[in-house]
Amino acid sequence: MLTRLSGGRVYDPAHGIIGQVRDLFIRDGRLVAPPGPEERIDREYDLSDRVVMAGAIDMHTHIGGGKLNIARAMLPEDHRGDLLARTDLTRASSGHAAPGTFATGYRYAEMGYTACFEPAILPVNARQAHMEMGDTPMVDKGGYVMLGSDDFLLRMVAAGEDHRRINDYVAWTLAATQCIGVKVVNPGGISAFKFNQRMLNIDERHPHYGVTPRDIVRVLSRSVHELGIPHPLHVHASNLGVPGSAESTLQTIRAAEGRPIHLTHIQFHSYGTEGDRKFSSGAARIAEVINHTAGASCDVGQILFGQTVTASGDSMAQHRNAAHASPRKSVIMDIECEAGCGVLPFRYRDKNFVNALQWAIGLEIFLLINDPWRVFLTTDHPNGAPFTSYPHLIRLLMDRGFRNERLGQLHPDAQGMTTLKSLKREYTLHEIAILTRAGPAKLLGLDDLGHLGVGARADITVYRDLRDRERMFVAPEYVFKDGEVVVRDGRVVAVAWGRYHVVRPEYDRGIERRVGEHFDRYQTMRAEHLRISEGEMGDFGHGAELVTHPCRE
Amino acid sequence: MPMPTAPLPPGTIHDVTCPFCGLVCDDLVVETTGPRLHVVANGCPLAVAGFERDPASDGAAARVGGRPATVGEAVTAAARLLCEARQPVLAGLATDVAGARAATQLAERAGAVLDHMNSAAGVRNLLVLQDSGWITTTLSEVRNHADLLIVAGADIARRMPRFFERCIGNRETLFGGERRCDVVYLGRGPGSEGAAGASSTVIECEVIRLHEAFAVLKALAGGRTIGATEAAGVPMARWRELAERCRAARYGVIAWMAADLDFPQADLTVQGICEFVRDLNRHTRFAGLPLGGSEGETTADAVLLWQSGFGLRTSLAGGSPDQDVHHYSAERMVRRGETDLLLWVSSFNAARTPPASDIPTIVLGRAGMTLSQEPAVFIAVGTPGVEHAGHLFRTDRVVALPLRALRPSPLPSAAEVLTAIDAAMRELTPC
Repeated sequence: MLTRLSGGRVYDPAHGIIGQVRDLFIRDGRLVAPPGPEERIDREYDLSDRVVMAGAIDMHTHIGGGKLNIARAMLPEDHRGDLLARTDLTRASSGHAAPGTFATGYRYAEMGYTACFEPAILPVNARQAHMEMGDTPMVDKGGYVMLGSDDFLLRMVAAGEDHRRINDYVAWTLAATQCIGVKVVNPGGISAFKFNQRMLNIDERHPHYGVTPRDIVRVLSRSVHELGIPHPLHVHASNLGVPGSAESTLQTIRAAEGRPIHLTHIQFHSYGTEGDRKFSSGAARIAEVINHTAGASCDVGQILFGQTVTASGDSMAQHRNAAHASPRKSVIMDIECEAGCGVLPFRYRDKNFVNALQWAIGLEIFLLINDPWRVFLTTDHPNGAPFTSYPHLIRLLMDRGFRNERLGQLHPDAQGMTTLKSLKREYTLHEIAILTRAGPAKLLGLDDLGHLGVGARADITVYRDLRDRERMFVAPEYVFKDGEVVVRDGRVVAVAWGRYHVVRPEYDRGIERRVGEHFDRYQTMRAEHLRISEGEMGDFGHGAELVTHPCRE
Repeated sequence: MPMPTAPLPPGTIHDVTCPFCGLVCDDLVVETTGPRLHVVANGCPLAVAGFERDPASDGAAARVGGRPATVGEAVTAAARLLCEARQPVLAGLATDVAGARAATQLAERAGAVLDHMNSAAGVRNLLVLQDSGWITTTLSEVRNHADLLIVAGADIARRMPRFFERCIGNRETLFGGERRCDVVYLGRGPGSEGAAGASSTVIECEVIRLHEAFAVLKALAGGRTIGATEAAGVPMARWRELAERCRAARYGVIAWMAADLDFPQADLTVQGICEFVRDLNRHTRFAGLPLGGSEGETTADAVLLWQSGFGLRTSLAGGSPDQDVHHYSAERMVRRGETDLLLWVSSFNAARTPPASDIPTIVLGRAGMTLSQEPAVFIAVGTPGVEHAGHLFRTDRVVALPLRALRPSPLPSAAEVLTAIDAAMRELTPC
């Protein structure tokens, strides 16, 4: 079966194609070279005047795992306003801030997304995260495993162990939990909170182990680098949401000592302490450092106004913020000498000074970072806003008039504390394609996603070129998954189940005995039972294929 | 759904996961002799009862109207009943992850209400979670961090026999030094066996009055003056002393089992515990430990939550999920005549049979289940972790453990039967 997508204006940044009219050919789920004149075209889609991009990739979205299920359980009032009835094709579910997995998959696809990555997988909770992602239709998926507040690693760092053993442990954890990257959240802070520590600055010592967040970032970024894991260490830095967090962020970048590092939801970590309210934008400083640090990248974690829920592994920060929950309820959890979590509903208000400035800071970061390959479009779903608000965010980036109009409606003091109005930049379609397709694929090492070259998976999104970019991105005309139309005019017309993406760096098997002994002595399960088999992944994912990506030499 | 591992050869099997309470211990040693299983290490009365139950004969594994039938015939009969029913209820739900996934799919097609046999307990916690939330912890944290455990009205030793051995009685922790975790039993004493090696105190009072105790403890820990001389029938001096111990703890834990708070408005007792814990965290670390989740309750709830956004006691009658934790109680709907068909899944414990009723009932039960009323359809199903592989969530809702098949069995899993009924319904009607 040979399919031709003809006459579309193609945006394929990985190949330097910027809106040129090209025909694309699909066979067996992949893009292929133009066929010879003798070959028969079985199916043809006339995409004249349409904008054609690879399927979008969300590289940081909380779509699976225990904290999401807590959020779902806590918020019946949120789901009740957004119910999805069963159809002959799709399952019953519900949406908004913490949607069910079925709703998550359908809605991502309906916006042209074909891959999603869950950024906070606790090793002991990895099986649940994969079960949930397995029940998320339409999209490919993968996860980053959380280390850095687990007692096993903290003991190793405190003991000054041979770095090769730490590499073995990181690699074992990745293999056991079937993940594609490594994440650290408030390095050491989640553990310190269990010792009644309420803040942990970058050079502050953990109350029991004596190691600092800087040590942990250094060690883990080195392991990720030495193991050849394509995605740099994914860092949720210390002091999230605290005025002055920008300084922690800059120090965290330095802690990587020149190795690649990805700063996640950097908007929450870009706050200064200036002004009457001692809360100001640190976006310019952060953007300048990112611009001048070749190995540093970030996703923004943009906030948008309205009701959402914040679900984070950072129990320390979430406990600190619990009084700001709206409605006023929160769940804080210490988890298995490994991690923690905190879930609190939140309503961002444009007439609130802090929220308004958070909004502006996120946009400043988008507009001040010069290299679109090193900044990624996220709202840290659902923490800044539900992922369904991406089309609105894209319009804010692409349409300065619209952006300034919204800015004019914010708390007046916040307007006075942002340079946003003076920023003339408007993102182009080419740049949006980098932020949401080519960039994430490159950062994660996904060779056959995020681009439209020969050999790529035929995950393709086709938009009508509307002046209102929000309307354009909210409902693509077609979404192809593996070469088949799965969405038509923003509605699911066929269900696919996607793939799992993982990496498997080599390691010395001797670490398994040590981890096993540690679990037997201190934990309440066998380490061997933490390991998720390929067979289980297939069962969870409705037969989803497991794609192992190579590590760098 | 294919299962991760095949049945094991006879002999001694290590690291067996036990599905017979919410602790889901995964370190058992089980000997197999033919189809017979014998727990030789790390067992408990619940594990022995669950694993060592006589394997039922394979004959008459399915019945329709009391007569032996093939599983296929029974599946068809069940599908017919579901197609005819106006408001079916799919309850019991004592099964594994695969079973719960199959149940939600079938419930959508049948327009059924989904409830679990233990959800009356779960609802007491859920109401607090949805109203104000809580600060909680998990088993390994208790094992390593806790220096004070308060057991609030719970008979843990009976419902989770190895809890104290695994979480309190350990000699060493991650953080060195001598392990010391004092235990205070509030309401009722330690029951059959307490915490080995731990120093314990008992403050007896009526469990139904525990909310008074926690209101007073919260006030005392907050430094407020109290005029009353007693609370819950216990002199104030004892509460004052306990409040002081709580404030002095480095990592205190209050455990409760919602199943043991079996009285009206018990969610307010849970709320009292959680508010006390929240206040203590202003100064020190303290956490709640809601224990429960046996018979796959946490598993069924988790699956329904992630798929639909709503947990147990959700109706799919209208096509989209509708949760009402009071209205969609299976027990209540049966009692009040609000359902005309009950499908009951009970694959762990043959004693957990459906509530008595005069409506047609389909039972997917553990082999050898004795029913006081012959159901319209009975299909014997394998027990996850005994006859077939699967997964089960622990009480903490964090850890999902793999279960293995320990003996060969011709019995289908609940998941396979539910999926077959779903397929048969699709054949029968375009519903």
